[in-house]
Amino acid sequence: MAILEILKLPDPRLKEVALEVEQFDDELHGFIDDLEETRQNGPAAVGIAATQVGRLQRIVIIDCSNTRKPVPNHGRLVLVNPEITEWDGFELGREGCLSVPDYTGNVIRAERIKLKAQDADGGELSFEMEGYEARAVQHEVDHLDGILFVDRLVSRRTDLFQRKVYRKGGKGKA
Amino acid sequence: MDWQMLTLVGEDQPGIVAQLTDALYQGGFNLGETSMIRLGGNFTIMMMVGGAGTAETLLPLIEPVARQLNLQMHLDPIHGALHQHRVPNFQVRVNGADQAGIVARVTGALAGCGFNILDLESDVVGSAQQPVYIMTIQGYSDATLEVLEAALDPLKAQDIDVHVTPVETLIG
Repeated sequence: MAILEILKLPDPRLKEVALEVEQFDDELHGFIDDLEETRQNGPAAVGIAATQVGRLQRIVIIDCSNTRKPVPNHGRLVLVNPEITEWDGFELGREGCLSVPDYTGNVIRAERIKLKAQDADGGELSFEMEGYEARAVQHEVDHLDGILFVDRLVSRRTDLFQRKVYRKGGKGKA
Repeated sequence: MDWQMLTLVGEDQPGIVAQLTDALYQGGFNLGETSMIRLGGNFTIMMMVGGAGTAETLLPLIEPVARQLNLQMHLDPIHGALHQHRVPNFQVRVNGADQAGIVARVTGALAGCGFNILDLESDVVGSAQQPVYIMTIQGYSDATLEVLEAALDPLKAQDIDVHVTPVETLIG
Protein backbone atom coordinates (compact mmCIF):
# COMPACT_ATOMS: atom_id res chain seq x y z
CA MET A 1 0.00 0.00 0.00
CA ALA A 2 1.19 3.47 -0.80
CA ILE A 3 -0.09 7.01 -0.86
CA LEU A 4 0.19 8.30 -4.40
CA GLU A 5 0.89 11.86 -5.47
CA ILE A 6 -2.24 13.78 -6.47
CA LEU A 7 -1.82 15.70 -9.72
CA LYS A 8 -2.85 19.32 -9.43
CA LEU A 9 -4.13 21.78 -12.00
CA PRO A 10 -2.51 22.78 -14.40
CA ASP A 11 -0.87 19.36 -14.84
CA PRO A 12 -1.65 18.49 -18.48
CA ARG A 13 -2.26 14.84 -17.62
CA LEU A 14 -5.51 15.90 -15.96
CA LYS A 15 -6.77 16.87 -19.42
CA GLU A 16 -6.05 13.48 -21.00
CA VAL A 17 -8.71 10.91 -21.88
CA ALA A 18 -8.05 7.70 -19.95
CA LEU A 19 -7.92 4.28 -21.59
CA GLU A 20 -10.09 1.24 -20.92
CA VAL A 21 -8.77 -1.30 -18.42
CA GLU A 22 -8.16 -4.66 -20.08
CA GLN A 23 -6.07 -6.57 -17.54
CA PHE A 24 -7.84 -7.45 -14.29
CA ASP A 25 -4.84 -8.78 -12.38
CA ASP A 26 -2.95 -8.45 -9.11
CA GLU A 27 -1.20 -5.34 -10.33
CA LEU A 28 -4.60 -3.68 -10.85
CA HIS A 29 -5.75 -4.78 -7.41
CA GLY A 30 -2.61 -3.32 -5.84
CA PHE A 31 -3.15 -0.03 -7.64
CA ILE A 32 -6.78 0.13 -6.49
CA ASP A 33 -5.63 -0.38 -2.89
CA ASP A 34 -3.17 2.48 -3.29
CA LEU A 35 -5.83 4.68 -4.89
CA GLU A 36 -8.19 4.08 -1.98
CA GLU A 37 -5.46 4.80 0.55
CA THR A 38 -4.70 8.02 -1.33
CA ARG A 39 -8.39 9.02 -1.30
CA GLN A 40 -8.58 8.51 2.44
CA ASN A 41 -5.34 10.34 3.09
CA GLY A 42 -6.43 13.80 1.98
CA PRO A 43 -9.35 16.06 2.74
CA ALA A 44 -12.63 14.17 3.02
CA ALA A 45 -12.96 13.13 -0.62
CA VAL A 46 -15.99 11.06 -1.62
CA GLY A 47 -14.29 9.98 -4.80
CA ILE A 48 -11.04 9.68 -6.67
CA ALA A 49 -10.12 8.83 -10.25
CA ALA A 50 -6.98 7.07 -11.46
CA THR A 51 -6.28 10.08 -13.67
CA GLN A 52 -5.75 12.16 -10.53
CA VAL A 53 -2.69 10.11 -9.63
CA GLY A 54 -1.36 10.05 -13.18
CA ARG A 55 -2.56 6.60 -14.22
CA LEU A 56 -4.56 7.19 -17.38
CA GLN A 57 -6.90 4.24 -17.04
CA ARG A 58 -10.65 4.21 -16.49
CA ILE A 59 -10.77 3.44 -12.76
CA VAL A 60 -12.62 5.39 -10.07
CA ILE A 61 -13.54 4.85 -6.44
CA ILE A 62 -16.51 6.54 -4.80
CA ASP A 63 -17.90 6.30 -1.30
CA CYS A 64 -20.85 8.47 -0.25
CA SER A 65 -21.61 6.45 2.89
CA ASN A 66 -20.01 8.93 5.24
CA THR A 67 -21.48 12.35 4.42
CA ARG A 68 -22.40 14.87 7.10
CA LYS A 69 -26.06 14.38 6.28
CA PRO A 70 -26.76 10.80 5.11
CA VAL A 71 -27.61 10.45 1.42
CA PRO A 72 -28.81 7.49 -0.67
CA ASN A 73 -25.71 5.51 -1.59
CA HIS A 74 -24.35 2.11 -2.55
CA GLY A 75 -21.41 2.13 -0.15
CA ARG A 76 -17.82 2.10 -1.33
CA LEU A 77 -17.62 1.28 -5.01
CA VAL A 78 -14.65 0.46 -7.19
CA LEU A 79 -15.77 1.22 -10.73
CA VAL A 80 -13.62 0.03 -13.60
CA ASN A 81 -14.50 1.18 -17.11
CA PRO A 82 -17.56 3.06 -15.82
CA GLU A 83 -20.02 4.30 -18.38
CA ILE A 84 -22.99 6.50 -17.66
CA THR A 85 -25.78 5.28 -19.92
CA GLU A 86 -28.68 7.50 -18.91
CA TRP A 87 -29.07 10.97 -17.42
CA ASP A 88 -32.24 12.44 -15.99
CA GLY A 89 -33.00 15.84 -14.50
CA PHE A 90 -30.39 18.33 -13.39
CA GLU A 91 -29.47 20.20 -10.27
CA LEU A 92 -26.90 22.67 -9.07
CA GLY A 93 -24.44 21.62 -6.39
CA ARG A 94 -21.16 22.75 -4.93
CA GLU A 95 -18.00 20.85 -5.76
CA GLY A 96 -14.33 20.90 -5.01
CA CYS A 97 -11.53 18.63 -6.13
CA LEU A 98 -8.34 17.12 -4.76
CA SER A 99 -6.69 18.28 -7.99
CA VAL A 100 -7.91 21.89 -7.62
CA PRO A 101 -6.98 22.89 -4.07
CA ASP A 102 -8.45 25.95 -2.40
CA TYR A 103 -11.43 26.33 -4.71
CA THR A 104 -15.07 25.28 -4.73
CA GLY A 105 -17.80 26.24 -7.16
CA ASN A 106 -21.25 25.43 -8.43
CA VAL A 107 -21.73 22.83 -11.14
CA ILE A 108 -24.84 21.47 -12.85
CA ARG A 109 -25.10 17.68 -12.85
CA ALA A 110 -27.76 15.19 -13.76
CA GLU A 111 -29.97 14.35 -10.79
CA ARG A 112 -30.28 10.65 -11.61
CA ILE A 113 -28.08 8.40 -13.69
CA LYS A 114 -27.81 4.82 -14.80
CA LEU A 115 -24.33 3.42 -14.76
CA LYS A 116 -22.56 0.37 -16.14
CA ALA A 117 -19.12 -0.61 -14.92
CA GLN A 118 -16.90 -3.55 -14.06
CA ASP A 119 -15.58 -4.49 -10.66
CA ALA A 120 -11.91 -5.03 -9.87
CA ASP A 121 -12.13 -8.58 -11.25
CA GLY A 122 -13.92 -7.65 -14.45
CA GLY A 123 -17.41 -8.62 -13.29
CA GLU A 124 -20.32 -6.64 -14.71
CA LEU A 125 -21.98 -4.03 -12.48
CA SER A 126 -24.95 -1.78 -13.02
CA PHE A 127 -26.45 0.88 -10.80
CA GLU A 128 -29.17 3.44 -10.66
CA MET A 129 -28.04 6.44 -8.64
CA GLU A 130 -29.46 9.75 -7.55
CA GLY A 131 -28.42 13.02 -5.98
CA TYR A 132 -25.09 13.29 -4.28
CA GLU A 133 -23.85 9.84 -5.26
CA ALA A 134 -24.83 10.44 -8.90
CA ARG A 135 -22.96 13.74 -8.71
CA ALA A 136 -19.86 12.02 -7.35
CA VAL A 137 -19.86 9.51 -10.20
CA GLN A 138 -20.27 12.25 -12.80
CA HIS A 139 -17.41 14.21 -11.25
CA GLU A 140 -15.12 11.16 -11.30
CA VAL A 141 -16.10 9.94 -14.78
CA ASP A 142 -15.37 13.46 -16.01
CA HIS A 143 -11.80 13.00 -14.75
CA LEU A 144 -11.49 9.95 -17.00
CA ASP A 145 -12.50 12.14 -19.92
CA GLY A 146 -10.01 14.86 -19.01
CA ILE A 147 -12.67 17.21 -17.68
CA LEU A 148 -12.39 19.02 -14.35
CA PHE A 149 -15.28 20.56 -12.44
CA VAL A 150 -13.79 23.97 -13.20
CA ASP A 151 -14.55 23.22 -16.87
CA ARG A 152 -18.24 23.03 -15.93
CA LEU A 153 -18.53 25.95 -13.50
CA VAL A 154 -21.73 27.90 -13.48
CA SER A 155 -21.27 31.58 -12.80
CA ARG A 156 -23.38 33.73 -10.56
CA ARG A 157 -26.71 34.54 -12.16
CA THR A 158 -26.33 31.92 -14.83
CA ASP A 159 -29.67 30.70 -15.99
CA LEU A 160 -29.89 27.01 -15.20
CA PHE A 161 -31.49 26.38 -18.55
CA GLN A 162 -28.86 28.07 -20.68
CA ARG A 163 -26.36 25.26 -20.76
CA LYS A 164 -26.54 21.83 -22.20
CA VAL A 165 -23.56 20.15 -20.63
CA TYR A 166 -24.18 16.47 -21.05
CA ARG A 167 -23.91 14.25 -24.04
CA LYS A 168 -24.65 10.57 -24.24
CA GLY A 169 -21.48 8.56 -23.85
CA GLY A 170 -19.67 11.24 -21.86
CA LYS A 171 -16.57 10.86 -23.99
CA GLY A 172 -15.79 14.48 -24.54
CA LYS A 173 -16.65 18.04 -23.87
CA ALA A 174 -20.15 19.02 -24.81
CA MET B 1 2.55 40.72 -0.89
CA ASP B 2 0.74 43.92 0.06
CA TRP B 3 -2.67 44.23 -1.54
CA GLN B 4 -4.82 47.21 -2.33
CA MET B 5 -8.54 47.16 -3.02
CA LEU B 6 -9.38 49.01 -6.20
CA THR B 7 -13.05 49.90 -6.62
CA LEU B 8 -14.49 51.27 -9.86
CA VAL B 9 -18.09 52.02 -10.79
CA GLY B 10 -19.62 53.57 -13.87
CA GLU B 11 -22.07 53.23 -16.71
CA ASP B 12 -21.54 49.90 -18.40
CA GLN B 13 -19.88 49.78 -21.80
CA PRO B 14 -17.77 47.24 -23.68
CA GLY B 15 -14.04 47.25 -22.94
CA ILE B 16 -13.96 48.45 -19.33
CA VAL B 17 -12.25 45.36 -17.94
CA ALA B 18 -9.86 45.02 -20.86
CA GLN B 19 -8.64 48.62 -20.67
CA LEU B 20 -8.27 48.68 -16.89
CA THR B 21 -6.51 45.37 -16.57
CA ASP B 22 -4.20 46.15 -19.47
CA ALA B 23 -3.11 49.35 -17.72
CA LEU B 24 -2.45 47.39 -14.52
CA TYR B 25 -0.58 44.67 -16.39
CA GLN B 26 1.57 47.18 -18.29
CA GLY B 27 2.35 48.84 -14.96
CA GLY B 28 3.57 45.61 -13.40
CA PHE B 29 0.59 44.98 -11.11
CA ASN B 30 -1.09 41.63 -10.47
CA LEU B 31 -4.74 40.87 -9.82
CA GLY B 32 -5.84 38.72 -6.91
CA GLU B 33 -9.48 37.91 -6.26
CA THR B 34 -11.98 40.13 -8.00
CA SER B 35 -15.69 40.70 -8.22
CA MET B 36 -17.08 42.36 -11.32
CA ILE B 37 -20.77 42.55 -12.03
CA ARG B 38 -23.36 44.73 -13.71
CA LEU B 39 -25.77 46.37 -11.27
CA GLY B 40 -28.57 48.55 -12.56
CA GLY B 41 -26.79 49.32 -15.80
CA ASN B 42 -23.55 50.18 -14.03
CA PHE B 43 -20.50 48.03 -14.15
CA THR B 44 -19.02 47.54 -10.69
CA ILE B 45 -15.53 46.31 -10.02
CA MET B 46 -13.75 45.42 -6.82
CA MET B 47 -10.35 43.89 -7.24
CA MET B 48 -7.36 42.99 -5.16
CA VAL B 49 -4.34 44.56 -6.83
CA GLY B 50 -0.81 43.70 -5.82
CA GLY B 51 2.65 43.95 -7.26
CA ALA B 52 5.87 45.81 -7.00
CA GLY B 53 4.23 49.22 -7.21
CA THR B 54 2.53 51.36 -4.59
CA ALA B 55 -0.63 53.46 -4.47
CA GLU B 56 1.50 56.34 -5.74
CA THR B 57 2.43 54.42 -8.87
CA LEU B 58 -0.96 52.76 -9.29
CA LEU B 59 -3.10 55.89 -9.31
CA PRO B 60 -1.39 57.60 -12.26
CA LEU B 61 -1.85 54.39 -14.25
CA ILE B 62 -5.55 53.99 -13.59
CA GLU B 63 -6.81 57.55 -13.32
CA PRO B 64 -6.55 58.40 -17.04
CA VAL B 65 -8.32 55.15 -17.98
CA ALA B 66 -11.04 55.68 -15.37
CA ARG B 67 -11.55 59.25 -16.55
CA GLN B 68 -11.82 58.18 -20.16
CA LEU B 69 -14.36 55.47 -19.26
CA ASN B 70 -16.21 57.81 -16.90
CA LEU B 71 -15.69 55.54 -13.88
CA GLN B 72 -15.63 56.58 -10.25
CA MET B 73 -12.65 55.17 -8.50
CA HIS B 74 -11.49 54.38 -5.00
CA LEU B 75 -8.28 52.82 -3.72
CA ASP B 76 -7.59 51.47 -0.23
CA PRO B 77 -4.73 49.49 1.24
CA ILE B 78 -6.07 46.28 2.78
CA HIS B 79 -4.97 43.61 5.15
CA GLY B 80 -5.59 40.46 3.22
CA ALA B 81 -4.15 37.54 1.37
CA LEU B 82 -5.06 34.95 -1.19
CA HIS B 83 -6.08 31.41 -0.21
CA GLN B 84 -8.39 32.54 2.58
CA HIS B 85 -11.46 30.84 1.11
CA ARG B 86 -14.10 29.55 3.41
CA VAL B 87 -16.48 26.88 2.13
CA PRO B 88 -20.15 27.64 2.77
CA ASN B 89 -22.24 25.06 4.59
CA PHE B 90 -25.63 26.73 4.19
CA GLN B 91 -27.57 28.43 1.43
CA VAL B 92 -30.47 30.74 2.10
CA ARG B 93 -32.96 31.58 -0.63
CA VAL B 94 -35.49 34.35 -0.43
CA ASN B 95 -38.11 35.32 -2.95
CA GLY B 96 -41.39 37.12 -2.95
CA ALA B 97 -43.08 40.46 -3.42
CA ASP B 98 -40.57 43.22 -2.82
CA GLN B 99 -41.02 44.95 0.53
CA ALA B 100 -38.93 47.24 2.69
CA GLY B 101 -36.41 45.64 5.00
CA ILE B 102 -36.23 42.11 3.55
CA VAL B 103 -32.44 42.01 3.54
CA ALA B 104 -32.15 43.57 6.97
CA ARG B 105 -34.61 41.16 8.53
CA VAL B 106 -33.21 38.02 6.92
CA THR B 107 -29.58 38.86 7.56
CA GLY B 108 -30.40 40.08 11.06
CA ALA B 109 -31.93 36.72 11.92
CA LEU B 110 -28.89 34.95 10.45
CA ALA B 111 -26.41 37.17 12.26
CA GLY B 112 -28.13 36.28 15.50
CA CYS B 113 -27.09 32.67 14.81
CA GLY B 114 -23.48 33.60 14.15
CA PHE B 115 -24.03 33.09 10.41
CA ASN B 116 -21.12 34.47 8.36
CA ILE B 117 -22.25 35.63 4.91
CA LEU B 118 -19.68 34.66 2.28
CA ASP B 119 -21.65 35.59 -0.81
CA LEU B 120 -24.92 37.44 -1.21
CA GLU B 121 -26.60 38.31 -4.45
CA SER B 122 -29.96 39.93 -4.79
CA ASP B 123 -32.05 41.28 -7.57
CA VAL B 124 -35.38 42.99 -8.13
CA VAL B 125 -37.17 41.34 -11.01
CA GLY B 126 -40.74 41.03 -12.23
CA SER B 127 -42.23 44.34 -13.38
CA ALA B 128 -42.32 47.89 -12.09
CA GLN B 129 -45.93 47.29 -11.05
CA GLN B 130 -45.21 43.97 -9.34
CA PRO B 131 -41.57 43.91 -8.29
CA VAL B 132 -40.26 40.60 -7.01
CA TYR B 133 -37.25 40.34 -4.76
CA ILE B 134 -34.89 37.41 -5.15
CA MET B 135 -31.88 36.82 -2.93
CA THR B 136 -29.48 33.95 -2.44
CA ILE B 137 -26.98 33.86 0.37
CA GLN B 138 -24.19 31.38 0.83
CA GLY B 139 -22.51 31.32 4.18
CA TYR B 140 -21.02 29.47 7.05
CA SER B 141 -22.52 28.83 10.46
CA ASP B 142 -21.78 26.41 13.28
CA ALA B 143 -25.49 26.50 14.13
CA THR B 144 -27.62 23.52 13.11
CA LEU B 145 -30.18 23.64 10.31
CA GLU B 146 -32.95 23.52 12.93
CA VAL B 147 -31.58 26.56 14.76
CA LEU B 148 -31.34 28.55 11.52
CA GLU B 149 -34.85 27.51 10.48
CA ALA B 150 -36.23 28.51 13.85
CA ALA B 151 -34.55 31.91 13.55
CA LEU B 152 -35.97 32.49 10.06
CA ASP B 153 -39.44 31.08 10.71
CA PRO B 154 -40.92 34.28 12.19
CA LEU B 155 -40.16 36.02 8.88
CA LYS B 156 -42.57 33.74 7.07
CA ALA B 157 -45.39 35.31 9.08
CA GLN B 158 -44.21 38.64 7.60
CA ASP B 159 -44.75 37.29 4.06
CA ILE B 160 -41.05 36.67 3.42
CA ASP B 161 -40.59 33.35 1.67
CA VAL B 162 -37.25 32.19 3.04
CA HIS B 163 -35.66 28.74 2.90
CA VAL B 164 -32.38 27.53 4.28
CA THR B 165 -30.70 24.38 2.99
CA PRO B 166 -27.41 22.74 3.93
CA VAL B 167 -24.67 22.82 1.32
CA GLU B 168 -22.70 19.60 1.17
CA THR B 169 -19.64 20.37 -0.92
CA LEU B 170 -18.54 17.34 -2.89
CA ILE B 171 -14.79 16.79 -2.96
CA GLY B 172 -13.74 14.34 -5.64
